[in-house]
Amino acid sequence: METVEQIRERLLARFPAAHVTLVTNPGAAAEHSLLLDAAHAHDLALFLRDDPAQRLDYCSNATGVDWPDKEITDVVKTTVPDPAGGPPKIVEQKTTHVQPGCLEVVYHLYSMALKHGPVIIRLRTANRSDQVALPSLTPVWRSCDFQEREIFDLYGIVFERHPDLRRLLMWDEFKDHPMRKDYVEPDDYEWEPTAHGAVLERAKAHLPPPPTPPAKEAKP
Amino acid sequence: MSDSAPSPAPAPFPAAGNISDADREELRRHGILMTSLEELYNWGRSNSIWPLQFGLACCAIEMIAAATARFDIARFGAEIFRPSPRQADLMIVSGTVTKKMAPLVVRLWNQMPEPKYCIAMGACAISGGPFKQGYNVLKGIDRFIPVDIYIPGCPPRPEALLNGLIQLQQKIKGEKLSGPDAARHTRPEEPSEFPIPAYGAHDLEPTKNPAVWSPPTPPPSA
Amino acid sequence: MSCSDFSGLDAELSAFTNMGGPTVRAVKDQFHGDLLEVSMGPQHPSTHGVFRMVATLDGEQLVKLKPVFGYLHRNHEKIAENTTYLGSMPYTDRLDYLCSMSTNWAYALAVEKLSGQAVPDRAQYLRIIMAELTRLVNHSCLVGFLFNDLGTSFTPLLYAFREREKILDLFESISGSRMMCNYQRFGGCRVDPSPEWLETARKLVENFPRFLDEYERMLTGNEIMLARTQGIGRLDPVHAVNAGITGPVLRAGGVDYDVRKVDGYGFYSRFDFRVPLGSHGDCYDRYMMRILEMRESVKILNQAFRDLPAGPIMDPKAKTRGFRPKAGEAYGRIESPKGELGFYLISDGSPNPYRYRVRPPSLINLTLLEEMCLGHTIADAVVILGSIDIVLGEVDR
Repeated sequence: METVEQIRERLLARFPAAHVTLVTNPGAAAEHSLLLDAAHAHDLALFLRDDPAQRLDYCSNATGVDWPDKEITDVVKTTVPDPAGGPPKIVEQKTTHVQPGCLEVVYHLYSMALKHGPVIIRLRTANRSDQVALPSLTPVWRSCDFQEREIFDLYGIVFERHPDLRRLLMWDEFKDHPMRKDYVEPDDYEWEPTAHGAVLERAKAHLPPPPTPPAKEAKP
Repeated sequence: MSDSAPSPAPAPFPAAGNISDADREELRRHGILMTSLEELYNWGRSNSIWPLQFGLACCAIEMIAAATARFDIARFGAEIFRPSPRQADLMIVSGTVTKKMAPLVVRLWNQMPEPKYCIAMGACAISGGPFKQGYNVLKGIDRFIPVDIYIPGCPPRPEALLNGLIQLQQKIKGEKLSGPDAARHTRPEEPSEFPIPAYGAHDLEPTKNPAVWSPPTPPPSA
Repeated sequence: MSCSDFSGLDAELSAFTNMGGPTVRAVKDQFHGDLLEVSMGPQHPSTHGVFRMVATLDGEQLVKLKPVFGYLHRNHEKIAENTTYLGSMPYTDRLDYLCSMSTNWAYALAVEKLSGQAVPDRAQYLRIIMAELTRLVNHSCLVGFLFNDLGTSFTPLLYAFREREKILDLFESISGSRMMCNYQRFGGCRVDPSPEWLETARKLVENFPRFLDEYERMLTGNEIMLARTQGIGRLDPVHAVNAGITGPVLRAGGVDYDVRKVDGYGFYSRFDFRVPLGSHGDCYDRYMMRILEMRESVKILNQAFRDLPAGPIMDPKAKTRGFRPKAGEAYGRIESPKGELGFYLISDGSPNPYRYRVRPPSLINLTLLEEMCLGHTIADAVVILGSIDIVLGEVDR
């Protein structure tokens, strides 16, 4: 089986206009993946499925992943000469910028004809709020049918040209996308008597009392 | 009839007047059966409980195992699992009740005719179980329907289910047909149908039935 | 609602139909005349769990069939994001609740791939023993449930459950629980079986072919079974591969793809076993797949008992407390009795996984349910569903 870099070369040779990026996997599994751009994803997927060298005819898994917006702090250290003539000072400048988050779909492809795999491809949306459309790969691999419906249900990614895009696991009137990282469950707290509470009470009687913190002086 | 003996005498069966159980046993040995309508009625009902064929999740497999030859629920009269709720009088809620499934469970409960009983089998049916912190998991079926017996376990062994069934049988045998604490099915003012929750935008509406269940309150801290 | 009050009936029916989909409703179609839409609802006598099929019938023939999922969606994946890696192990028991040992192995395999954890030899053999015993349990119970759907109302299931109880006794003595075994760990197994356990297991596996012969004598040549399963629910192999069908359902159509042979995970490459293949892809072939796979599992078990090495069952360098795999991702898959069961994990270096995904064979094997059932009667739809072998804990997670 070809390596991921070789597959990328062939994809770019066949579709020069496409953007195919290699995403390395730093962990021990070393399963590197290819990030495809949404515009050409359908054609690239068809090529991967029908190319005689690859024959990736079996899409094993389609996963949705939520990458929320991340605040990144850049620290720039500059040396500023001391006007008084002493040693130069090092000034830190912190700028924060928000790396926009996205929703991602990861497909694991195998070949039943040639018995190799996995080849992992990824598709990312532009952002998490309004541009959440991605091309559906169900016309290429039918196994993505229910899995893309589930990703639509739980993450909110809209798959274009999916034959039957509706919620899979939650009821149709449900409004949220529960697997997103910023999903807040409805507040349904109920107090429960647990054995642990009684154990804690009994333990309190045996432990020494916690040290009293020193009295803080009230600041004017 | 003779009075009860002064030292530890069995308590007289209330409906039989002043006749103690020892005397009844004595009579029975002579071939005379003394009983009451209530006892006979309850005995017949408790020894032929027909469960509804209603398995939700993993506990359902233990329920099926309880019906197989090794654990044999048939010796308790309950081997006929009815597929239709109209013919069943016990609903064993075995497995996690999700919010998507909850209206259907209540609908099935409503379709069962009185007298009917409910066993919450497994931690998930009692309180949500290991999946309690879930957006789709109902934290216990007793939020919407009245539950008679709770069987803890994950999953409870088939013997635990049989123990629960025996306790239900004892509960049925102790039911009264008249009086202030008569059984639920003899009192027409008690509801036998409960409102079915609807699917809301974020949760079920309502999330619980206050007439059936209220959350436990923490003890007043000293 | 009293008997004479029929005005309430319409209201009740419309309340039914508004329950997320029509249940019983006459549909007038200009080409077909009256079609009947029936909801084989989440509670129905077929013991597969809370699965709902909305079937449109023309007489008794199926015209349309839409499955509805989610009645057992217990948000396992969301819970796993808030639990440590090891804390999710008992939840994997409850996914495919008939095959908890092999589901545990799939998850352990994925985590070991993620963290680069090695597993000692004895543990690999023990895992294979547990997985193949689970396959015996699953396939014999599946055949029992399939015959339940055919209408034999319990007898083959009682035979299957008799054997299942013997194997569950083994599981209980080694792991403490009949069904939710929670046996595998990252880097090995939890408990080392005693020589008595191995002896009991060996005797059970020696006697298992006799049970299979008895089972087959009752069932395989049965003319009612042949009439009701041959030619029913044909699955074309090309469509099956494209739809991601795996497991015995795929191999019944003749496609030779068994993850045990392809990936050779564990030490399966050391074992001599065949992969049975069918030729027609119908319900009868799927049934025969299970029987033949059980015979192959017995072969594997005999070899495993013969070759079981001594040694530790846990890798000494395995970290149980404070387990934090490095950032990265991994996809680990096994051949579970239902098909290819995979776990996809994304780690960001914290004790909890960032993304935890179960690739459910039962859900994906249902992709072509409608295609398999169209044209058959509604009674056949029940048999086809039974032969696919679904467990709702896995479908809905």
